[in-house]
Amino acid sequence: MAEIVIRNLRKEFGAFTAVKGSTFTIGDGEFFMLLGPSGCGKTTTLRMIAGLELPTSGEILIDGEDVSQRPASQRDIAMVFQMFALYPHMSVRKNISYPLVSQGMPRAQVQARVAEVARILRIDHLLDKGVGGLSGGDRQRVALGRAIVRNPKAFMMDEPLGALDAEFREIMAEELRALHDRMGATTVYVTHDQLEAMQMGDKIVVMNHGVVEQFGTPQEIYDHPATLFVADFIGSPSMNFLHFEGGFRPGSTTVTLAGTRIEVPQLQEEAEGRKLVLGVRPEHVTLTADGPYRGRVVATEYLGTTQIITLDTAQGQIKARAPSGQRASAGETVGLSFAAPKLSLFDQGTGRAFRTAANAGVFHG
Amino acid sequence: MSAWSVTEPSKLSKWAAGLLVTFYTIVTLLPLVWIISTGFKSGPDSISYPPKVLFEPSLEGYVNLFTTRTRLGAEEFAALPPPETWYDRIVRGSGMVIAGPSRFGERFLNSVIIGFSSTALSIFLGTLAAYAFSRFKVPLKDDLLFFILSTRMMPPIAVAIPIYLMYRELGLSDTHLGMILLYTAVNISLAVWLLKGFIDEIPREYEEAALIDGYTRFQAFRKVVLPQAATGIASTAIFCLIFAWNEYAFAVLLTSGNAQTAPPFIPTIIGVGGQDWPAVAAGATVFLLPVMVFTILLRKHLLRGITFGAVRK
Repeated sequence: MAEIVIRNLRKEFGAFTAVKGSTFTIGDGEFFMLLGPSGCGKTTTLRMIAGLELPTSGEILIDGEDVSQRPASQRDIAMVFQMFALYPHMSVRKNISYPLVSQGMPRAQVQARVAEVARILRIDHLLDKGVGGLSGGDRQRVALGRAIVRNPKAFMMDEPLGALDAEFREIMAEELRALHDRMGATTVYVTHDQLEAMQMGDKIVVMNHGVVEQFGTPQEIYDHPATLFVADFIGSPSMNFLHFEGGFRPGSTTVTLAGTRIEVPQLQEEAEGRKLVLGVRPEHVTLTADGPYRGRVVATEYLGTTQIITLDTAQGQIKARAPSGQRASAGETVGLSFAAPKLSLFDQGTGRAFRTAANAGVFHG
Repeated sequence: MSAWSVTEPSKLSKWAAGLLVTFYTIVTLLPLVWIISTGFKSGPDSISYPPKVLFEPSLEGYVNLFTTRTRLGAEEFAALPPPETWYDRIVRGSGMVIAGPSRFGERFLNSVIIGFSSTALSIFLGTLAAYAFSRFKVPLKDDLLFFILSTRMMPPIAVAIPIYLMYRELGLSDTHLGMILLYTAVNISLAVWLLKGFIDEIPREYEEAALIDGYTRFQAFRKVVLPQAATGIASTAIFCLIFAWNEYAFAVLLTSGNAQTAPPFIPTIIGVGGQDWPAVAAGATVFLLPVMVFTILLRKHLLRGITFGAVRK
């Protein structure tokens, strides 16, 4: 098992730059998520770590060794592909044993390893079948088997659940996570599904347009997004953005929004007469009878334990998540209060979050 | 199953299709039946009019194909010891004796050597080139591919004279190597284009999986790509072999003694002691066999190969 360090990693395809200088560290044994919309460079990053693409510049260190220009076969990494890429002309057994055969392991030992892996993944009964007739879940397990059979330094997974139907995805996500916990193997996992990333990951890197937007634990990223993009991408419904113009000084604990003073975490930076954005998660909006900041209820969506209330405010439409028992009817005007310690302030121009007492410990450069 | 279905053709159209296919089969097979049956006719039967559908089968044609014969004077003929073999007896029946083997065996062997070698060479080079074009960033890839295709745009025989002169200078005229190279040059464009199509259809992930599993690029090609391209390779091989096997014009022009293939030889059987149609027919029949056997062996692949790309997996 290994620690993977990525430094200033860059990849250009002709005039197009897919990855623009990423830097992050994947701790030993971590389940690490590369998250972002399609085309953000997450798969390219994964392929560079695996050795399927060579970086234009930058370093990839696996266990302290720079492997960035080495071929995949010399990196001791296993990969699970989105479409699984099981060798179609081989049986399940041959598929799983293939990585061992390349190492020249004796036949008896190969058979023992394959049997063990098949037992862990509960595919022992399929070993002598061809891979063509397998169900999606079984293919997934065979692909996992081929990956874990070798005890590689790290696993790369490229949207491995993307090809499964929704119902099965849940089960496989749990199995994957359980398998990881059992083996403690460093895993790099690419996904565009923020829920999957939050649910399974120890750490998440959020990428957009080839740039690392934020790097941290799921909770850090959810509670203290570093950029407007991350704030918008993570969470459903996504964070409310209240646009306003104004400023603050270091040490301020309030901002003025449409003539109303709103409490925020203590600010550590300064801004003057700028376009600002106040970010509020729907669950941090509370409907009150009075209160100076007001909104008019437009619609409610009932979700069982909670409901999503859409309101019109001076800053545009926002959504609040409230207990489903709370009464709110369309057309009614209510007061709104925001949970002060949970708010984020962004610079609209750069998209960057201002440093506050709440998020100061979270940002890594 | 319902009585009426959108995807299942109706009984009537199945019958009509069956009838059409049967008719077409008869039309295409008729010349073949003619050739095969003529090979087993006696000389007079082969030219009788109206043609005989029922006749007494004879191996005379085949014996004449593989032997050369001479006519002896009546005394000498009478003084001969009795015939020892069945083919001796057949030849004696027409008042002649066997003088030696004909050159058909040699010519046939030349066809086998040249046809199969040039096919193997075309497939070998074509597969490597197609793989490179399919997977790697080759500078001027599109232009190169078009150039390769363009070699097929004129009939090869249009360059017969330059090739003839070139071969004479290089000492390749009437050699096996020369014919193998020539047929390979003609076939390679077909091989590259067909095989590139097949290899394009094989997802890259398979090779990438093999690379990650610790194999080199070449091992991945050999163990993962090649087995999956087998269908394409087989059908391409058949197309290449059929061309090289049947090629007539260059064979006439460039070969005479040493490396002559069967196609230019078979017509020359006419004229050995008159027009020996049964021998010509027998030659054509024997000549058909290798390609037929080869095609039947690879039939499964060929069918999938011809319809490739029609249905995506």
